[in-house]
Amino acid sequence: MRAQFVFSEVWVGLRRNLTMTVALVVVVAISLSLLGTGLLFVKQVDHTRALWQSRVQLSVYLCSNTPLSSQCVKNGPATAAQIAQVRQTLEQLPQVTHVTFLTHAQAYAQFKQEFRNEPVMISNVPAGDIPASFQVKLKNAQADAANVTAAVTGMPGVDSVNDDSAILNNFYRLLGGARDAVIVVAIILIVAAILLVANTIRLSAFNRRRETAIMRLVGASNFYVQLPFLVEGMIAGLFGWLVAVGLLIGARTGLDGLQQYFPFPVQLSLADLLEVVLITMLIGLLLCGTTSFLTLRRYLRV
Amino acid sequence: MIHFENVTKAYPSQSRPALESVNLDVEKGEFVFLVGPSGSGKSTFLRLILREERPSDGRIYVAGRDLARLTNWKVPQLRRRIGCVFQDFRLLPGKNVYQNIAFALEVIGKPRRFIRKVVPEVIDLVGLEGKADRMPDELSGGEQQRVAMARAFVNRPMILLADEPTGNIDPATSIGIMKVLDRINRTGTTVVMATHDAAIVDSMRKRVIELEYGKVVRDQSRGVYGQAY
Repeated sequence: MRAQFVFSEVWVGLRRNLTMTVALVVVVAISLSLLGTGLLFVKQVDHTRALWQSRVQLSVYLCSNTPLSSQCVKNGPATAAQIAQVRQTLEQLPQVTHVTFLTHAQAYAQFKQEFRNEPVMISNVPAGDIPASFQVKLKNAQADAANVTAAVTGMPGVDSVNDDSAILNNFYRLLGGARDAVIVVAIILIVAAILLVANTIRLSAFNRRRETAIMRLVGASNFYVQLPFLVEGMIAGLFGWLVAVGLLIGARTGLDGLQQYFPFPVQLSLADLLEVVLITMLIGLLLCGTTSFLTLRRYLRV
Repeated sequence: MIHFENVTKAYPSQSRPALESVNLDVEKGEFVFLVGPSGSGKSTFLRLILREERPSDGRIYVAGRDLARLTNWKVPQLRRRIGCVFQDFRLLPGKNVYQNIAFALEVIGKPRRFIRKVVPEVIDLVGLEGKADRMPDELSGGEQQRVAMARAFVNRPMILLADEPTGNIDPATSIGIMKVLDRINRTGTTVVMATHDAAIVDSMRKRVIELEYGKVVRDQSRGVYGQAY
């Protein structure tokens, strides 16, 4: 009885200001899907960061025939003793987990492999130009790179130190910027959604002022008077959320489509998607419910 | 049933209070006319009983409850024991006679079986047999007021407040309305009716309370409307 009454009232309310309801659904859908995209972004960045963190290393290049630093120009290519000295220094540092030596020949082979599609490049670089190096794995690529770099820079036989994570950091900054932009737009839209919910409920309350006046007069409880409006706002929010879920699933499929361009896994697990979908639902319902409730307190007093 | 103790109601924007030191008692089952010129405080009196307003001073007891100590969320329970009828009927234009009356029960959560039983009874009581399916705009003013009375009475309130119920109705039809109010009164419901209609007051010979400038100037047990008007 009660449920039937409430839902028939809700149905009437939603139908009577259909344009407002549609506007509300669209805005809630867009804001929630943008928010969800932002959250998926965050997850994606976390995943790739973790993935790269394990691969990132420090390259300590040793002096070769074609050195970069003045030190190498003065002293010539690194001697066996210098190389041993550098290895010992590196291995003694507590931040270092693993050190591998890459000889001239190995480095050149790797170079040829990486530039196999550009024969001009290969033919122009003589084998001796590719320096031998130590590939150093760090415990914490972000924090320790600077210390380790400082420790070996300037040592006899060391030409230059290259931190892979410095390149990745730029990439992360770009991703982070995109994520922040998406979230800012989502928040602006959520503010718009809140105002729209308030307005829709106000219109609805105005449309049904006769009914609510009589309800109050015959002693309907506050809850009973307000519930149809509350449910109305939440149902609109729920529809918006459903559309947003569709958009988010589309976004994830799009991300899967990008997979072919990356040599590492970029797609998000179903669990991640589900989590984001649930978070957006909670936000959507909370947003519509609270706004409706607060609006009603202003417009439907006993 | 209704007990006013030194009640004063002043609105902030007005210099003279709408009601001033009103003391009166209405017993269970009484029929009371509330008369007086416009602005004499009749509407304020009714609004105070419904607790749509709170008095500036004094105490009001309705159906044994001290309205000053009634919390906001208990107000609906008070209003379920009070029926209301207005000059402008206040029916829902989109609902027919039956639905308009049933609405009052639906919104207080009465079971459907109960509603199906009592609504036809009350339609008969107000003399609208066979008109349950009519829409308000298909009814005359008198018939619409009967629907409004049925709606006010369907939950068997202890008190029925009527604010100029015959104000929009011609004298001949008004007699029918008064007969319904009398019938309701005979079931034991206390009726308080604010009115300007001298002919009706004089013909009914009920208790008359006259207000003027917010004060009770006359309280007669078998009164008439008064010579001054």
